[in-house]
Parts: sequence; C-alpha cells; structure tokens
Amino acid sequence: MPFACIFVPDFPLEALLRAEPELRSLPVAVLEGKTPLQKVFARNEKARHAGVEPGMTKPQVEACSGLALRNRSPVQEAAAHAALLDCAQSFSPCVEDGGYGTVVLDLAGMEPLFGPLPKIARAVARQALDLGLEAHVAVASNPDTAVLAARGFTGVTVIPEGKDAEQLGSLPLEVLFAGSFDLEGEQEIGQLLETFHRWGVRNLHGLAALPDVPLSERLGQKGVFLQQLARGAASRTLAPVEAPLVFEEAIELEYPVLLLEPLAFLLARLLEQLCARLGARTLATQELRLQLGLANGRNPAKIFQRTLRLPIPLLDPKIFLKLLQLDLQAHPPGAPIVKIHLAAEPAPPRAAQGGLFLPPSPEPEQLELTLARIAGIVGEGKTGSVELLDTHRPEGFRMQRFAPGGPQSMSDAGSPRPGSSDAAVTALRMFRPSVPATVTMRDGKPSRIACSKRKQVQDGEVLWAAGPWRASGDWWEHEGWARDEWDIAVWGEAGVTLYRLVRDLLSGRWWMEGTYD
Amino acid sequence: MSSFVTAAPMLRRPVVSAPQEQPVFVFKRFSAMPKLAGVTSASRLEVRPTPEMVPSGIAEIDALAGGLPRGCLTEVCGPASSGRTSVLLAALAAATQRQETCALVDTTDAFDPLSALGVNFERLLWIRCCHAERRRSFAKRSSCGVEASLSPRSVEKAGGVRSARNDNSRNDNPEKVEQALRVTDLLLQSGGFGMVAIDLGDVPLQTARRIPLTTWFRFQRVVERTPTVLFVIGQIPCAQTCAALLLRLQPGNKLSAFSSQLSVKNGAFPAHAQLFEGLHVKGELLRSRVERKPAASVTAAFTTKAAWTG
Repeated sequence: MPFACIFVPDFPLEALLRAEPELRSLPVAVLEGKTPLQKVFARNEKARHAGVEPGMTKPQVEACSGLALRNRSPVQEAAAHAALLDCAQSFSPCVEDGGYGTVVLDLAGMEPLFGPLPKIARAVARQALDLGLEAHVAVASNPDTAVLAARGFTGVTVIPEGKDAEQLGSLPLEVLFAGSFDLEGEQEIGQLLETFHRWGVRNLHGLAALPDVPLSERLGQKGVFLQQLARGAASRTLAPVEAPLVFEEAIELEYPVLLLEPLAFLLARLLEQLCARLGARTLATQELRLQLGLANGRNPAKIFQRTLRLPIPLLDPKIFLKLLQLDLQAHPPGAPIVKIHLAAEPAPPRAAQGGLFLPPSPEPEQLELTLARIAGIVGEGKTGSVELLDTHRPEGFRMQRFAPGGPQSMSDAGSPRPGSSDAAVTALRMFRPSVPATVTMRDGKPSRIACSKRKQVQDGEVLWAAGPWRASGDWWEHEGWARDEWDIAVWGEAGVTLYRLVRDLLSGRWWMEGTYD
Repeated sequence: MSSFVTAAPMLRRPVVSAPQEQPVFVFKRFSAMPKLAGVTSASRLEVRPTPEMVPSGIAEIDALAGGLPRGCLTEVCGPASSGRTSVLLAALAAATQRQETCALVDTTDAFDPLSALGVNFERLLWIRCCHAERRRSFAKRSSCGVEASLSPRSVEKAGGVRSARNDNSRNDNPEKVEQALRVTDLLLQSGGFGMVAIDLGDVPLQTARRIPLTTWFRFQRVVERTPTVLFVIGQIPCAQTCAALLLRLQPGNKLSAFSSQLSVKNGAFPAHAQLFEGLHVKGELLRSRVERKPAASVTAAFTTKAAWTG
C-alpha cells in the first residue's frame, strides 16, 4: 500500500515566498520575535551562502547586503498549509496532516486514475508548485518511510517496496528528529543524538545495523522505535483529516499601500492562489470577501470590508481582479492599507452546456464584468432587471441584480407571455422626477397647463382630457398616497402631445408624470 | 487580349499600346508593393450577406420593413407621442419572448416598467443613465499623469470638487448621452445580446445632432456579423447612413382613439366619461438597405392600445 509525503522545507520561509515569489532569486531571512529581540528563524540557500544562520540577531544580519528580511507571518503559514492540504486532497481523499509543511496521503487505488507511482509523485510536486510551494515529494510503502525520505531527499523520490532501509541508509540521523515522531523534547533529542554519536552511528544505515536487544536494553522502546524507522519497518495506519472547505488568503504588508495599482498587483496574487486552491478541489466561488486593514482610517474598527457576490460560480482570477478593481474604484477604502485578507465561499462549479439552437445569451463571466463596468459609469443601483411589486403605488417596482437564467429551447421560447396581444401597448415615458405643473381648471377639468422647468413639456391649452382616475393606497401606513390621474392632450409647437397629469390629493399639487409615446 | 499598332508619323516608329492590359498591369504592380499588399480592391470586397430578419412585435412594421435586421442598426424617429416607445417596447417584448437577452440603455430614465406589458423582465437589462455622481477615482492616474493619493483628505477634496461641478451643471443631457454611448459600447463589445436598444427619445435635438457619426459607424461595425439587433429611437435620425433600417413615425390622421371627439364633441361629454384608448401611428420607411434597392417611401399605419383597454 503506497503512501506519499509532501514536505515543504523551511516552511515559514516558503509561506512568505508564496506571497512574494520575486524574492526567490534573493537571499531571504525570516525573523521571529518582538522588535528589539528579533532573531533569524529561517533562511534560504542564498542567505546561507551569505553567512546568515538561524539564531542571528537582526542587527547582525542587516550587515549582509541585498538580504531581504521578513517577519514570520502565522496568517500566511496557515494559508500555505491549507493550500498544501488542498494539494493532497486533490489526489487522495485519505490525507494525514503532519503539522505545518508536512502532509501524508494514501495512494492506494490511485494508480489506475493517475498512472504509475513516479508519475503521481511528479504530479503532486507540480501541483504543489502551482500552489506556490516548492515541496519534496516521496513515495514509499509505509508512511514513516515516505516522511523520512521527503525530509531527507530533495525533489521527487520513489522508494520501491522492500528497499526502504537501503534507500534511507544514507540519510543523517537528524531527519529522525526533524518532525514529531513522539520525540518532542529538545533535551531528549540532544541526548539521543549524543549517544548515537558516541557509538559512532552517523546515519540511518548505522542505526538499522545495531542489534535489537542491546539497543532496547540501553535506549528502551524509543531506541527500538527509531531503529524500526531507520529500517523502514515501522507500520501504522494513517489518521486522516477532513480538511475544512475554508479558502482564505492573507498578506501583511511591510509598508502601507496607497494606490490601486500596487493593491491590484497584490490582489492578483491572492486571487491566483485562491483560484488554484479552489481548482485543486474542483470548486468555484460565488462570493468573495475582501477585508482591508487600514492604517489611519476614520473607521474605528480600521477594517474595510467589501463583499462581491456573483450570480453564478466562477473561477477566473482575472475576472475577479477586474471586478474587485471596479468595486474599489467605486468604494475606496479611504486610508492606506496594511493588511489584505481575501476569502472565497466555495460552490460547485457551473455545469452548463451550450446548444446550437439556443437564442443568443452573453457569457456569464463577461456579463459580470460588463455590468460592473457599467455600474462604474452610471452608478450603483442604476442597472439591473425590474421586479414588479404587488402594489398600485406609482413606480411600483424595484431594481434587482440582472441574472438571466439559462436559455430555454426555442420551442419553449415561442410561447407568448400572458397579457401580450397582437397590438402594441401604448408606452408611457416617465419624467423622473415628475415635473411640477400649474394647471388651470375649467368646468372641473384641466383647461391649460404650464411647466416652467421642463422644456420637454409644452405649455398650452388642453385639447382633450380624460379623468380623473382616482387611486390611493397605503393609507394605513405612514407612506400613504392618494392621487387623481388625467390623460390630457396639449397642443404645442411640435403638435399634439399626450401627457399623464397627476394631482396629489394629499398635497394638492399638480405634476406632469410622463408622456404617452 | 487585343492590341493594336498605330504609326507615329513624326517618330517613324510603331507605338504599341495595350489599353486593356494597363489596369491589370497597374493592379499587379500596386499589389506587389509591400505597403499595399494587404489592401483588397473594392471590386473584390466580400458581398455583405443579407441579414436575418426578426419580428418587431408589430405586424404592420414587419409587413413594411420585413422585420428588424440582425447585425444592423435600426433607427426609429419621430416627435413625442408618435409611438416610438411603443414600437421599442413591442420589439423588446418580442425579443424577450424569444428568450433573447436584451438591454435597454435609457438615456433619460424614461422607461416605465408598468406599461411594458409582454416584456420578460428577467431577460431585460435596464441601464438608467442619470445624473449620478461620477465614480470616485481610487488612486487613479489623472489625464495629466499626476497620481491621486488615497488619503482621506485627497478623496474628500476630489469629491467636493466634483459635487460642486455637478451642482453647477444645469443641463446634464450631454453627460447622459455620453454615458449612454459608453454603456452601449460596453454592451456591444460584451456580445451575446439579442437586442440592444438606445432610447434617445427625450434627448434635445442639438444634443442628438452632436453625436459623432463615427460613433454610429463604430457601433454598426461592432454588431455586424453578430445576431444583435441595435435599436435606436430618437426625435430625429441620428445615425444617418449607418442605419440599415430607418423608420419615421408620426401621429396618424386620427391622433388617437379619442381624436374624433376633439373637434366637434369636445365638451359634449364630461371628462370622466372619456377614455384614452391608444395611439394611431403612421410609420414611414425612409431607408432600408436590407433588400439592396432604393427604398420607396412606403407607409403603414397601426394602432397601439393602452394597457387598461385589455
């Protein structure tokens, strides 16, 4: 039963490099601790060549030219570990969480799906790289051997069954203590290593060759357990975890961001990582939540939040980025940004298939982008579809998000809606807002109107009038309304025009509501 | 190829000319020039296919113009109360009943959903161009290249300047028309719409005339070879020759169902005994490029019914 282990060396450093991949070409050191007592916690190979060692203080390493220093970020480490779990879950449902930077997965039954073991191992490494993590991947017949091989060998390693001890023999003893094999105490680890060194044991091959009984007499069960690990003979069952479907990425900035362009640059990285993680789990998202930590905001919470809801699940970081850009242009945070937190609500991807005989319909992704751009031009709430309300109140409708459903077949499309007939319906063109009018009454009906503020409304004699059509409603509430409607024909310079004239019975004022056209 | 020989008495040398080969020779020579290699001669331009026609929702207009052409610009013009909006709503109703996604760019925010019977609102995108405050720029580079800061002070300052400018601007029609054209551009570029309608019905004549012809030409080029019907209503023809179909509407001889009462019976009945039942509309086909022949000035008349007449 094969197992694979994904191990990310220098995990705190990799978590940071995942957010800032351009630092991979530079010497980088990760600092831990509070400001005056910060010490180097991890560093990359280039920093090691520059003489940076763990435990050095910040003033010591600042002397190295070109060295990039970053503070350890628990938020980014959590996100990176979640990404590692997503990577493993995309290959196997049985995944064991081995702590930050280590994941073990059961590959039983995966060969028919993904191919032979070396191919699976390479695919796992490639998937981890797509998620921004340079990982070591090892495949072995038992999980502990896979973990030791992943810690000890770089790149992809596949240990054939039965050759565990032979392959692991060259590894130093320190790989046994790099993780948590129930040997947590540093003092105990130091004593064991010192004992092995005094015996002349330098690698796992030497430990495996020790006789069992004398080793047990001197080191007890821990010694026997370590020897079994070195021989590749330890066997255990995986403790699988159910990785929660939480997709969050965050980044803490060294310097506050003032402009949209650098913010978009950072958002693009986070979105790409989020989409890669969602894609690894075959998911999409229908809701993006952006939280920006502000430096000097007037908001007392110093958190700026925006939520982007989509009518359909999407998985395109470019679309998301453009939507967020347009949203932030319309709703600026108002203060410099020091922290970015982006979360995606997972949703099953949209399953749709186009048809040859379906009526034209815009692509949902493109439509969302277009709607956001249009909202940036005409303003928010000025675009959408109409929802008629169950009321006789004038303007009895409200705007709602435009989300045309999937196209139906043409046979269904041909059926007319109820209320439609052969003759066209006379349309009313509304004046928004309504135009106040001065009306002269004669014999109980309007005889002349005058509207000084609107050029479209012609002043003149009323040729014909029909009405009044009285309507009222909501009198049982504070927003009651009552009005008389008149349909009038007015003779003006451009000929005869038909208007709807309204008298508000509550205020007694006259309004021109619109024109029939 | 025929050639002929003429004697030139002064030069005493025969002159050979090939007048019929000369254009071919010139064409070959020009086509061999690298700068003109990609230029297609007018005689070899592809013939534009006849557009597909879709029902307009009014049988009389379909009989007059054959329907509305897809991939073309259709323009309906006329004065107020001439039935332009009724024709637009009928076209939108027909398109949405065909399950097509439609968009209405409402320049003056005049659309009344309550009178749009038959329109499937789920498939109609309504864009209300209005005098909204302009979007605040978030750290956006201004045209002069100066970067605007994100600090609250700068945002307030910028917003304050804009609001003052908006308050001072009394006539916002050009701004609305500009919004409408930009929105239309986005919609057409997005693609997939069965009909995109622009309502310029209340836009003043001088503003409508200022719309550059290149804008309409660009729109026409964008919708070409797409199934989109670009529908424009206005008081006057704006798109000029870019419109493949141009209809002018006028109030009919009988202004409306009540017009017979105007001259002789006005005052004979009380107002509450009269009812506005609809409009009589006279449509005139001014231009139609669909059939590729000079359009005769033909007319049609139809009646619209008020929503309450059933």
